[in-house]
Amino acid sequence: MTLRSLFYAFLTCLILSFAAPSFGQSGAGGDPKSLFDQLAKADFNEAEKLIGQIAATGDPRVVPALQAFVDGDLYFRKSDNLVFIAKAAGSNLELIDPLTGASAGEAPKNSVTKVRVNNNLRRVIRSAMGGLTLLSPDRAVRLQAADAVLRSPSPENLELVEAALAKETDGEVKARMEEARAVSLLSSDRSVGEKRAAIETIGNLGGRDAIGILRSVSGSIDESLKPDLDHAISSIESELQLWDMVQNVWYGLSLGSVLLLAAIGLAITFGVMGIINMAHGEMVMLGAYSTFVVQEAIRSNAPGLFDWSLAIALPVAFLVTGAVGFVIERGVIRFLYGRPLETLLATWGVSLILQQTIRSIFGPTNQEVGNPSWMSGSFALGGLTITWNRMWIVVFSLSIFVALLVVMKKSAYGLNMRAVTQNRRMASSMGIKTPWVDALTFALGSGIAGIAGVALSQIDNVSPNLGQSYIIDSFMVVVFGGVGNLWGTLVGALSLGVLNKFLEPSVGAVLGKILVLVLIILFIQKRPRGLFALKGRAVEA
Amino acid sequence: MITGFILRALEGKIVIAAAILLGIAILVPALNLLTPLDSALHIPTYIMALMGKYLCYALLALALDLVWGYCGILSLGHGAFFALGGYAMGMYLMRQIGSRGVYGNPVLPDFMVFLNWKELPWFWYGFDWFGFAMLMVLFVPGLLAFVFGWFAFRSRVNGVYLSIITQAMTYALMLAFFRNDMGFGGNNGLTDFKDILGFSVQADGTRAVLFAMSAIMLALCLLIASAITRSKFGKVLVGVRDAESRVRFLGFRVENIKLFTFVVSAMMAGIAGALFVPQVGIINPGEFAPANSIEVVVWTAVGGRGTLIGPIIGAILVNAGKSFFTGAFPEFWLYALGGLFIAVTLFLPKGIVGTIQHGFKARKALKAAAEAEKGRGNEQTVVQAAQAAE
Repeated sequence: MTLRSLFYAFLTCLILSFAAPSFGQSGAGGDPKSLFDQLAKADFNEAEKLIGQIAATGDPRVVPALQAFVDGDLYFRKSDNLVFIAKAAGSNLELIDPLTGASAGEAPKNSVTKVRVNNNLRRVIRSAMGGLTLLSPDRAVRLQAADAVLRSPSPENLELVEAALAKETDGEVKARMEEARAVSLLSSDRSVGEKRAAIETIGNLGGRDAIGILRSVSGSIDESLKPDLDHAISSIESELQLWDMVQNVWYGLSLGSVLLLAAIGLAITFGVMGIINMAHGEMVMLGAYSTFVVQEAIRSNAPGLFDWSLAIALPVAFLVTGAVGFVIERGVIRFLYGRPLETLLATWGVSLILQQTIRSIFGPTNQEVGNPSWMSGSFALGGLTITWNRMWIVVFSLSIFVALLVVMKKSAYGLNMRAVTQNRRMASSMGIKTPWVDALTFALGSGIAGIAGVALSQIDNVSPNLGQSYIIDSFMVVVFGGVGNLWGTLVGALSLGVLNKFLEPSVGAVLGKILVLVLIILFIQKRPRGLFALKGRAVEA
Repeated sequence: MITGFILRALEGKIVIAAAILLGIAILVPALNLLTPLDSALHIPTYIMALMGKYLCYALLALALDLVWGYCGILSLGHGAFFALGGYAMGMYLMRQIGSRGVYGNPVLPDFMVFLNWKELPWFWYGFDWFGFAMLMVLFVPGLLAFVFGWFAFRSRVNGVYLSIITQAMTYALMLAFFRNDMGFGGNNGLTDFKDILGFSVQADGTRAVLFAMSAIMLALCLLIASAITRSKFGKVLVGVRDAESRVRFLGFRVENIKLFTFVVSAMMAGIAGALFVPQVGIINPGEFAPANSIEVVVWTAVGGRGTLIGPIIGAILVNAGKSFFTGAFPEFWLYALGGLFIAVTLFLPKGIVGTIQHGFKARKALKAAAEAEKGRGNEQTVVQAAQAAE
């Protein structure tokens, strides 16, 4: 053997190794690598067949390359027609082996060409991928794949799904695959009995997607199955309607709890003490700004405590607004007892001053108040999605309500307060310091408005005008519920919230709100003292 | 009886006030139109427009005073009647634009063309006719007041509750007028007016006439209000304010008395709005804002409720203060207004005019008391002398 013959032998090996892929072309399944390389010169029809063959290998390694194909990241090298996944690397492209994921070096952009893809191919690839990943060892991937089949059913997937179903052991994944199978089966040419079972499975699945699937096959399906289909559709629809209703109720409760938060402080100052506190909205605003200040302090001093910022802001807001309320009561309101219309004007003046003060200090623009991590995100409950911040506000407003009720009914201070509101002179004769009780009650009402501000800062813009947008609603709630009655405020707030949300879908948000206002105005004509009116002679005074 | 009703209006102070207003109605436009620009006596057009605005506000405050000061109904929704009157006038002015709008549509106002409306909504019919529009200026606020008052007074909603629902009323109207579908120009309201009765709204002459009309209408409404409050009906009205139940037990239909006053007051507010719009050149839903209505209350309170001249003085003073402050110290206007609310309620519950009147009466009473004291003192000395003589 000469050196020359050795050289030839080497060259032959080299050529053979390059040519090896083309040998695979004739093989039925072939190895996936060669199938990919054939994509380089395939037209769309051939590519579709190739994708079918690639999927038929059942090799999970092809998934990333198929994904790259969908995304338009699959290229072939002009020099040797080998197919790679390409990623931008500076001005060049980094070539990656489609199966192993190993880097195959960089190449200038003009040395490679994109493997062309159209929407039809994309669809084929996606369903192929759905089928492939159904066999993945990773549970999450299988679940995802079953979902993918569910969303884009096609009869081609049926056998794959059934194969996967046979191997599946995980309960949840299995259920999802059953649904995927049912969906794929409907458009296949299986027997009527199987289809009937499939319709039932989809009917149980529920949701808008299920209706879509059932509707899409209704034209092509066997006549004998039509009643089953209609029945399934109508049962899903009625279920959806139910969930819509539940969702409206939930939104209404959520709005109602916001109203409750805004109104509950007013239920004390207006409802119990009879003071028309037009500065109530500004107390809410002060509470929101307290939250802002607390969060700023935490951001600059102890960022780790940010999740606790609301918990810290609660007592701060309560004390700040309570103190402001105390000052207002001692400085202005105590001279105006028995002249409710004048308190209205004076507290309106106070509200203007508070607004302008905040505007001078913080500026007229909205302030950024952050959500702690436990308040962001959402969770699903049956057919409805509940965001955590709404959830917490409902919980929070109800707990404030309960706490207030306990203070009013069970504490010595609450007893004094009720005594003073029922019969001031008698209470005074019994040794209750009525001016002190007045001041503390007003401070309590204001403080609760401040706490409400902390919660409302999470869902509303924190600006000097924040309070203005709640004041009319709050009065409506208190007047509607019945003055002097905390339960009335609760029922009033929640029912107004729910009513508002039920009106909204049919007439729109603004008109809904107008209608609610008109209804309240009419309601007050009918029952001037609200839903739960106090009875007795004292009320007339 | 009718003449008696009218003559009773002509009581000293009111006659003087009305005469002053009529004098202003002649003098100010004359000084604006007839004096040369550089004369010391010349009143620039913008000042005249500003004063015209104050007069409209004064009329609004007078209207509120009629229900609040004399009938005890604190309406926090009088801005709604004002704005409705303004919208009625605005609709007339919009129809006068004709094909001179941006889109050049001879029938539809610009905003309707913009919203792709094909024909004029039914409630715009007739507004191209001045007489009809003026009728609506009175009718629409009057109707709203009638319907609202009919329900509210019959079911004896009063005091604070009434205030709150009137506030809800104007708030609901504001939300409604902000909607584009309402057919009143939505957010932007009605503006870009050209003509009134064929005269350009921008011309000095028209502005002078509008100013004079404002002063004359104010004087007229002042006389009407005076006639009402000085009549027997007015006495009952004050009775309703001070002791509603007692008046009812005496056999008066309190709800009808209130309703009448409320409707008259709403119509006056409507007139004020109608005069306001061509002078300011725009009407938008912001006029319905509850805050505006509350501000009217403070004008009345500052001037003195329960007096007819008080609200006029209050409205002019507060608004002149507002113009000055918002120009010179914009930061401080809300402080000043807020402080005014508090100070008036705490220290001047009768308002400026009321306090002065009260001061006069108190001095008279003091004098009378001193006289009586003197007389009694004489008596006592006589008695003492008699005792001493025994």
